[in-house]
Amino acid sequence: MLNKINLLLVGVGGQGTILASKILAEVALLSGLDVKMSEIHGMAQRGGSVVTHVKMGDEIYSPLVEEGEADIILSFEQLEALRWLSFLKPDGEIITGTQVIEPVPVIMGKAVYPSGIVETIQGRVQKLISLDALAVATECGNAKASNVVLMGVLARRLGFAKEIWLKALENKVPTKFLEINKKAFTQGYELV
Amino acid sequence: MKVLLTGNEAIARGAYEAGVGVAAGYPGTPSTEILESIVQYPKIYSQWSPNEKVAFEVGVGASIAGSRTLVTMKHVGVNVAADPLLTFSYTGVNGGFVLVSADDPGMHSSQNEQDNRRYGRLAKIPVLEPADSREAKEFVKKAFEISEAFDTPVMLRITTRIAHSQGMVELAEPVPVVKKEYTKNAQKYVMIPAYGRIRHTVVEERTEKLVQYAGETELNVTEIKDRKFGIITSGICYQYVKEAFPQASILKLGMTYPLSQKLVKDFASQVDRVFVVEELEPFLEEAVVTMGLKVDGKRLFSLIGELSAKMVREKINRELGLASFPDEERTREGLPSIPARPPVLCPGCPHRAVFYVLKKLKMVVTGDIGCYTLGALPPLEAMDTTICMGASIGTALGMEKSNPELAKRIVAVIGDSTFFHSGITGLVDMLYNKGKGTVLILDNSTTAMTGHQQHPATGKTLKNEPTAAVNIAGLVKGLGVKRVVEVDPFDLAHLEAIIKEETAAEEVSVIIAKRPCALLEKAASGYMVIDEAKCINCKQCMALGCPAIALRDGRVTINPEICNGCNLCTQVCKVGAIRRAGEDVE
Repeated sequence: MLNKINLLLVGVGGQGTILASKILAEVALLSGLDVKMSEIHGMAQRGGSVVTHVKMGDEIYSPLVEEGEADIILSFEQLEALRWLSFLKPDGEIITGTQVIEPVPVIMGKAVYPSGIVETIQGRVQKLISLDALAVATECGNAKASNVVLMGVLARRLGFAKEIWLKALENKVPTKFLEINKKAFTQGYELV
Repeated sequence: MKVLLTGNEAIARGAYEAGVGVAAGYPGTPSTEILESIVQYPKIYSQWSPNEKVAFEVGVGASIAGSRTLVTMKHVGVNVAADPLLTFSYTGVNGGFVLVSADDPGMHSSQNEQDNRRYGRLAKIPVLEPADSREAKEFVKKAFEISEAFDTPVMLRITTRIAHSQGMVELAEPVPVVKKEYTKNAQKYVMIPAYGRIRHTVVEERTEKLVQYAGETELNVTEIKDRKFGIITSGICYQYVKEAFPQASILKLGMTYPLSQKLVKDFASQVDRVFVVEELEPFLEEAVVTMGLKVDGKRLFSLIGELSAKMVREKINRELGLASFPDEERTREGLPSIPARPPVLCPGCPHRAVFYVLKKLKMVVTGDIGCYTLGALPPLEAMDTTICMGASIGTALGMEKSNPELAKRIVAVIGDSTFFHSGITGLVDMLYNKGKGTVLILDNSTTAMTGHQQHPATGKTLKNEPTAAVNIAGLVKGLGVKRVVEVDPFDLAHLEAIIKEETAAEEVSVIIAKRPCALLEKAASGYMVIDEAKCINCKQCMALGCPAIALRDGRVTINPEICNGCNLCTQVCKVGAIRRAGEDVE
């Protein structure tokens, strides 16, 4: 494992981006690493673009991942993966759900949702995983757990023990959603 | 035990560990979660006040009566509380008093980006700036010690990146705090001129002692490494500097007002040249320059917005003539244009109806601060001014007095929480000075924008305990407003008729548009569907700016996943093509 990992989690308000970041930060904490997580909210419930920065390693100073610094971008929505592409390191990796949430300018017919986003990203990065996390989560019994499916995929890339992830889920997810989230996580973990 | 806390949670924890007895504030991003988090410590009495001035004054009383007291607000809130702040500096404290000012460089969720360290200097009180969550907790405890040792209120100044970033914090047990005894002391606490003059002298002597303290305190840390250059910095900028130049010599100021000339000069004498890295105002730079030192600060760094590690690295490297090693950036060239994702009024938001009608009637709308400020954006675009909390009503009166031609078209729009914050005095002015304006109070039963906090009309306290609920219509009538009418904004025709009627009236009118926030309460069951056979695709429904109504292949559609069933689109449809799913076609 690298001695410092920079991650960017991106999505749309309501997709669970912030919860996913908290789980990730908890994993770092449980693993004895220094960790910082930064978010901008306030507009998060109102359909805006949401980005959180998670940095872990021996000692972390700035809580922000800047352009060209992300080892991994975990995206819960296609367009958001594209929007934050310039934050990826040249040899960085993108994991994205293929869900589409149209922004208001698109809905109003004032802008166009780009087509072929996954292919565009594919042509520019060395490592890309894209999957229909929404479908996987729906199969598990709750579409809202698609963020955790993608966390499962991420977990495989990061190399912490699976038990630590499950423990982090227990610490951060409300009890009544825990079982379904564990199922969704495992699905993602086994998937790729 | 080590846990992950945001800066705001860490401040709440610090208050607990410092033995705080009373905490008060008004919600405002990025400060809101401090009080929300303090609720978990039942030993602390905590409350939302109607505005920051009252919160500050509650704090003043709590301190004088003997408790350690924490008062929280966003940067612009300190403007509202500035009056008690500047004189409380004279009286000093009994129980320690800490004011948290949460500034918002970059204006992530604010109307300006003022630098409140200047308030510290103006009020002549110490300013502490933590650089992460760990320090946020420790500095709160330190701030209380300073407050009591020097008999002064203390400002803990944070910024959005401190407030909303999580970091590791080591928890400790609360320190044993003996509540101070209250003894009457009019010369100290009654600020008539005769006593005020005495206290002003005390304040100036206090500042001299604080300067002495600034040279000794462990809050300020000198790190001498590479001597080619040194950086004076504070708060989040310290992290950017460490990230950019791990080997640099740094004077990290935890206490940024007042400064110790000796400390700063000692640091400067150990390095070849000095940079000052700070966001917003040249607050430290001016102080250092006044000491006669030559430094580089705002010549290199912007007065506007946030800084970053990359900015610090590039600006200083360029200045030193060192090779800059920018990370290889992934070029944006050749990427398709990426549509923005602006925040919008939610599906089912009761504000939408009001702005739809105001736009239709071509009203001049003086706006205010809240979710409803989003009514200024396309396609509704129904707002002419927004300045600060409570400004809508006074602004409307001023427009009417200045330009009587506009009088019949002016509507002041203000939320329920904002009305309590500082709208009431504006309405009193309108009434007193023979205004003829119309005030629309958007009563969604919550403080929505900051995440649904209670306020004086919700019937619940910060701790969610039941309490008296102020009746807005009763209050307005009590002031003497004769024309007071409550409407359901989801009845569009009625709302429109009322707005026409009240703006035409020759006296002050108050319309209370009452509907709970759509995120608290779903307007109705089910969702709306479009009858393709009837729809003429005129797109009138799209003028509502509802995220649930979208164009698909040139045709208007309703997304059942996010439709709230509020029924507004049915009411604007001229051909009766929209109905509730499952209901019979007429």
